[in-house]
Amino acid sequence: MTFARKRVAAIAAVAVTAALTLAGCADTGSGGSPTDGAGGDSENLSITFLPKNLGNPYFDTSSKGGTAAVEEFGGTFNEVGPAEATPDAQVSYINTATQQGVGALVVSANDPNAICDALNEARDAGVKVVTFDSDTNPDCRDLFINQATAEGIAKIQVDLIAEQIGDEGEIAILSASANATNQNAWIEDMKQLLADEHPNITLVEVVYGDDDDQTSFDKTAALLQSHPNLKGIISPTTVGIAAAARYLSTSDFKGKVALTGLGTPNQMREYVEDGTVTAFALWNPEDLGYLAAWAAKALITGEITGAEGDTFEAGKLGSYEVGPDATVLLGDPYVFDADNIGDFDF
Amino acid sequence: MTTMTGTTQATRVIPGHAKPLWRRMLLTRESAIIGLLVLVVAVASVTVRGFGQPITLNYLLLDIAPILLIALPMTLIMVTGEIDLSVGSMVGLSSVVTGVAVQAGIPFEAAAVIALLVGVVGGAFNGFLVTVVGLPSLAVTIGTLALFRGLAVGLLGTTAVTDFPETWTTLAKARIAGTTIPYIMVPFLILLVVFVILLHFTPFGRGIYAIGLSKDAARFSGVDVERTKFILFMLAGLVAAFAGIFYTLRFGSARGDNATGLELQVIAAVVLGGVSVFGGRGALHGVVAAAVLIGVISSALRLANITSDVINIVTGVLLVLSVVAASVLNRLQQSRRRPGRPPRVTASTAT
Repeated sequence: MTFARKRVAAIAAVAVTAALTLAGCADTGSGGSPTDGAGGDSENLSITFLPKNLGNPYFDTSSKGGTAAVEEFGGTFNEVGPAEATPDAQVSYINTATQQGVGALVVSANDPNAICDALNEARDAGVKVVTFDSDTNPDCRDLFINQATAEGIAKIQVDLIAEQIGDEGEIAILSASANATNQNAWIEDMKQLLADEHPNITLVEVVYGDDDDQTSFDKTAALLQSHPNLKGIISPTTVGIAAAARYLSTSDFKGKVALTGLGTPNQMREYVEDGTVTAFALWNPEDLGYLAAWAAKALITGEITGAEGDTFEAGKLGSYEVGPDATVLLGDPYVFDADNIGDFDF
Repeated sequence: MTTMTGTTQATRVIPGHAKPLWRRMLLTRESAIIGLLVLVVAVASVTVRGFGQPITLNYLLLDIAPILLIALPMTLIMVTGEIDLSVGSMVGLSSVVTGVAVQAGIPFEAAAVIALLVGVVGGAFNGFLVTVVGLPSLAVTIGTLALFRGLAVGLLGTTAVTDFPETWTTLAKARIAGTTIPYIMVPFLILLVVFVILLHFTPFGRGIYAIGLSKDAARFSGVDVERTKFILFMLAGLVAAFAGIFYTLRFGSARGDNATGLELQVIAAVVLGGVSVFGGRGALHGVVAAAVLIGVISSALRLANITSDVINIVTGVLLVLSVVAASVLNRLQQSRRRPGRPPRVTASTAT
């Protein structure tokens, strides 16, 4: 008896659940869309930043630039994002932006393909999509804001080391892993530049610290042992330059062997302040976010469509032109030194 | 469905059925969750801009589909008093296996079958360690959580496979004609019916509850405890692998870190849905409602531009409150009932 009644109860309960689910559909179906017409509107200057993850100082800095830009042209700025840098988590936020009917979405992609369909759905709904820092496939976004080109990165590092060692002497490179695509491309460019423009500088060795702090530290020590006349080290990786700086700062070579490369201000601050490192390079994420926001605005207002040769104004950064593959280049890498490092926190 | 006081058979049934049917139906944790779900949907539709549109349902169901799927076998496992923490890693492993197989030139359909087999084998491995070796499932599945994830990341490294047949990736996101309901709800509803029948309307299902209430009593009344648990762990592996294939197709990307942390969302939904972590209590309609509730809350909060940390806090608080409320209610009911009981029962419930 009781068992039979419980069955009835269970069936009824399942039916209730099903009914509610269906009612939910009907409800949402008849509710109408409050955001109808918002997407694709040239006046809808609501811009949402979706970094790889939140709580990351690098993206806090880029969003700071984005906020500043949006305030300048009078739009609404929002920053959303997952706690962990995974593409599936980003998809939910892209979907949310589509539902909200924002004017533009500014994304740093956790995966070039995984978020593609979601971005295209957003674009179909009239949302302009700008990628920055980390691109998606070119057919899933309207514009990519590229922080730096390989040539630009190679040139700034060669220029910095040449300046710091007086344009002559032995130098070495401390790279990431031997098969790191980015680093190898930069090293090739650097070799070319050294041969063409700095004949008195000799590159004696390229060593690999595998982007591991301890390995990079040991490789720096070994470099200085095996090349007593070494005058400078270039480390085109943030892990390598920090480890090399740590070694130099506690060794007799401090101030005698120059070190430069790609680093972040927070990692390098103490070595710049204690004189181990004079200057190093990276792009400025604040400018990157600032430019991305202005580009998003230009897309919303129809000033540009993302076609090659389109130009737009980006506030204090001046005028920019869209290059091939709907890409806008931020400019030359940014040089951090004792004078400006205090302005950055990432 | 009844309020279980965890004492003898007689005390379990009689007080629960002393009230009329409608009261027993409405005054349950499951009904509370369903009521809360209706309330939250109503409030969100009115107050959150952009929530009350058809597309919301589409995104919502796509987002929670893996949770809904895995919550089915997880409910059964947790009713027996066990737990499976390895399901999130199994989703990742199944995703990677599908990806690696497709990359190796195997047709997608065959790759999916291989992934499902991996799921069954992984689940059977859990089941073997829990039932034959006799280790606690918490320890075993923490181990396989790391093991499956390690295999997944090891197979693909930091790369991703993204080259899947477009017919399948489109199907994973396709909507049932005329609605915004995604097609994944079809296999889910079929599985839901299967699991509802299995848990609530078969001797096997009664055995699951019996194991959760008392393993020894279940064994003495003829339930094959080991076999039941073994089958449940295998089912969990299989369904997790299926969810992994869906996951891969939905995002068009097989990665080693796919679905990291999914097991906690599943367990949160199961516990919020009224399943006791000590076993012996729970029903599938509550779990389904809880999974949808969690999805609706995070969808609405995201639309209101609330950050993911706050969303996690809200879900966490809800979960804690539901567990606390359940045990407080249980105590209140027990203390109210005590005077009318025979002395023997009073003594046993008072401890």
